[in-house]
Amino acid sequence: MLRLDKVTKTFGANIAVDAASFVVDQPMMIGIIGRSGAGKSTLLRMLNRLTDASSGEITFDGLNVTALRGVARRNWQSQCAMIFQQFNLVPRLDVVSNVLHGSLNQRSTLSTLFNLYPDEDIHRAIDILERLGIAEHAPKRAEALSGGQQQRVAIARALMQDPRIILADEPIASLDPMNAQVVMQSLRDIHEQDGRMVIANLHTLDTARRYCDRVIGMRDGRIVFDGTPEQLTTSMAREIYGADANFSEATTSTQIETMEAAREMLADIAAQ
Amino acid sequence: MATTDMMQGRGRAQTIHAHYMAMVQRRRLYGALTLLIFFLLFFGGFYVADDRNAGGFWSGLSQLGDFPAGVLSEAWEKRGLLPAHMVTYFGALVETVNIAAVSTLVGALFGLILSLMSTRGLSKWPMMIPVFRRIMDIMRAVPEIVIALVLIFVLGGGPVPAMVAIAFHTTGALGKLFSEVSENADLKPVEGLASAGANWSQRMLLGVIPQVAPNFLSYALLRFEVNIRASAILGFVGAGGIGYELKNAMSWGQGKFDEAAAIFLLLFGTIVFFDQLSSYFRNRLTKGVPQ
Repeated sequence: MLRLDKVTKTFGANIAVDAASFVVDQPMMIGIIGRSGAGKSTLLRMLNRLTDASSGEITFDGLNVTALRGVARRNWQSQCAMIFQQFNLVPRLDVVSNVLHGSLNQRSTLSTLFNLYPDEDIHRAIDILERLGIAEHAPKRAEALSGGQQQRVAIARALMQDPRIILADEPIASLDPMNAQVVMQSLRDIHEQDGRMVIANLHTLDTARRYCDRVIGMRDGRIVFDGTPEQLTTSMAREIYGADANFSEATTSTQIETMEAAREMLADIAAQ
Repeated sequence: MATTDMMQGRGRAQTIHAHYMAMVQRRRLYGALTLLIFFLLFFGGFYVADDRNAGGFWSGLSQLGDFPAGVLSEAWEKRGLLPAHMVTYFGALVETVNIAAVSTLVGALFGLILSLMSTRGLSKWPMMIPVFRRIMDIMRAVPEIVIALVLIFVLGGGPVPAMVAIAFHTTGALGKLFSEVSENADLKPVEGLASAGANWSQRMLLGVIPQVAPNFLSYALLRFEVNIRASAILGFVGAGGIGYELKNAMSWGQGKFDEAAAIFLLLFGTIVFFDQLSSYFRNRLTKGVPQ
């Protein structure tokens, strides 16, 4: 289905992504892990074509994504929804309007100007909100919602696009552990129930282990690990994060159960 | 039990749908009404203006191009003289730009003080905000040409009346724009400085000005551009500068359209020059000196 062939992105002298290649042959949930600055975001942005690749090729079902221009590129973007760390909603518009933005690829500028969305689209938007458990906030302004709720609005906008792939760029990095769990579970449900491919950049190992079928590890722009969560050993994780023996998964965790362990460990370090 | 829960849930969902659709209907109605009012005002206003017009918009429309065509054809015939004209009028241009620069500086300075005095949350005397606002309203309401004419009558013709007139108007205009910018300034640094015992002017100088400086600069430079044009117009009523020369050159039937064209080119070049200069400095102020 999805094939990346030596995809590279350079910013001046810096190489953000260095010849990334992998193949996905069926819809699955993929977690990309690595330190900040490892090139995870750039990779997702190139998949969505928010950023152009410097060289290499991305193909999806035989379609050369990297070569798309104009209308074809925007059509691809609507097939390949993106979820951001900071939600990227329009704060002053109400929740349903934000979800309806997922259908903009099918709308003309004129009908957007006069806010004329078809009634069935509006009903579908509210149904999606219902599915994500935030329908009661439908008429509120997006800015009035909490972070976790805003991220679910962003997921609803992505679902409104009826995409083949959902890309999530650090979807839980600005959320508390409870909300992080709700958001990750929503993404997992979307994958299992709708059969959509989900690719998520994650900053914690345990989230990737817990929710993903496949984990890709990046370091300094290169893909250094690609396998199942079971294959991801602690020494492999140290390699990905470039950490020494002090590294423990518990310190990077956002899961509630492991938080206690992390706190104890940090206390130990402080005591030393 | 489970079925009642589900039915309740479905009922709740239906209510949400119904409420939101009602809201959409209401919004669409308001949107349509706004559009209707817009078109009524647009065509109504145009009709009234056309009705009061001495000549007539539609009958005069065909002659709209006559003046530019006259200027262009005459200037093209005598195109060899253009550089010489430009040199001749450069002195007058400097005088005009000078008037604009001084009045912008003076206006920006007073506008800055007035704006801080009339911004909620920043003012030294919050009770006086309406007073300062009305002062700025008056400064903007009086046309600069009226002030210039009065001052020319009292002080005699020359650049000084024009300068005072433009500075007066600029103070009012920039004061309002500046105060809108400062209203959106983040008050946390101000609070931080207050907690360290800073007085009002210190809090403004260190807490507010650095935040608003790029916007202030861009408004002041836009105003400078407007003032170059204003000071050219005041030349028409005897304030000197390039406006006086333009008035003489562009009267009909004097065969001086080549000079008018040279002056237009000079003014255009000046505006472009200061626009480029202002975007350069604005970028430096917002993004810092390029490494």
